[in-house]
Amino acid sequence: MPVRARPLSPHVGIYRWQIGNTLSILHRFTGIFLALGFVALCYWLVALAGDSPAYATAARLFASPVGWLALLAWTFAFFYHLLNGIRHLFWDAGYGFERDARRTSAWLAVAGAFLLTLGVWGLLWHFGRL
Amino acid sequence: MSLRSPLGRARGLGSAKAGTAHWWGQRVSAIALIPLCLWFVFSLLLLPNLEYDTARAWLHWPVSGFLAILLVAVVAHHSYLGTSVIVEDYVHDEGYKLLGLLSLKFLHVLVAGAAIFAILRIAFGN
Repeated sequence: MPVRARPLSPHVGIYRWQIGNTLSILHRFTGIFLALGFVALCYWLVALAGDSPAYATAARLFASPVGWLALLAWTFAFFYHLLNGIRHLFWDAGYGFERDARRTSAWLAVAGAFLLTLGVWGLLWHFGRL
Repeated sequence: MSLRSPLGRARGLGSAKAGTAHWWGQRVSAIALIPLCLWFVFSLLLLPNLEYDTARAWLHWPVSGFLAILLVAVVAHHSYLGTSVIVEDYVHDEGYKLLGLLSLKFLHVLVAGAAIFAILRIAFGN
């Protein structure tokens, strides 16, 4: 029996770059980055359970320029992954598949993530915590 | 050459029938994490500061200690499910894939276990 070549899915390279696939990739990247954030959070908890010098070391690390930058990035990654995750949950329930709904929710997730990140850091600044 | 038809060969070679549990677990943990993560972020924001004594007093309170343990456990589960899909997607060598999945599992249990133990120490310490 002759084995016919099976049709292959078109390679990624032929697709036009657009908001949908960008956000899909960003969801994965933020997920990986948040997994690293989880390790940092656990380190913070372990340091907090230790003595006060151990906690001071952790606090100094988080308050360093790299620490601040990482915390800022984790805030954005968290809110983006949260909002885009909710978008995914709506799709799983069968809603929001139409082109306009898809694009609107995409931009809402991005704008929401920026606004919430700005809001959290704005509150920190407002309360003199920075 | 085999005398079996393509359909006959494909039968029984389908999925491992474990995909649904993985997919469902990812969604259930995602839903659970919406309130848990928001609680965590806004609790930290509402604390007057993150000094040693303030943060410990916060986790010493039973409700926060309990929710923090749930948060760590559910994040670890969600994170393991998510990162293991990435390994399965991109690591095609069976040996490395197994090594990757095992390392991810061990790391997640290790990190989450240490964090939960830390929360318990604060919760039941003085």
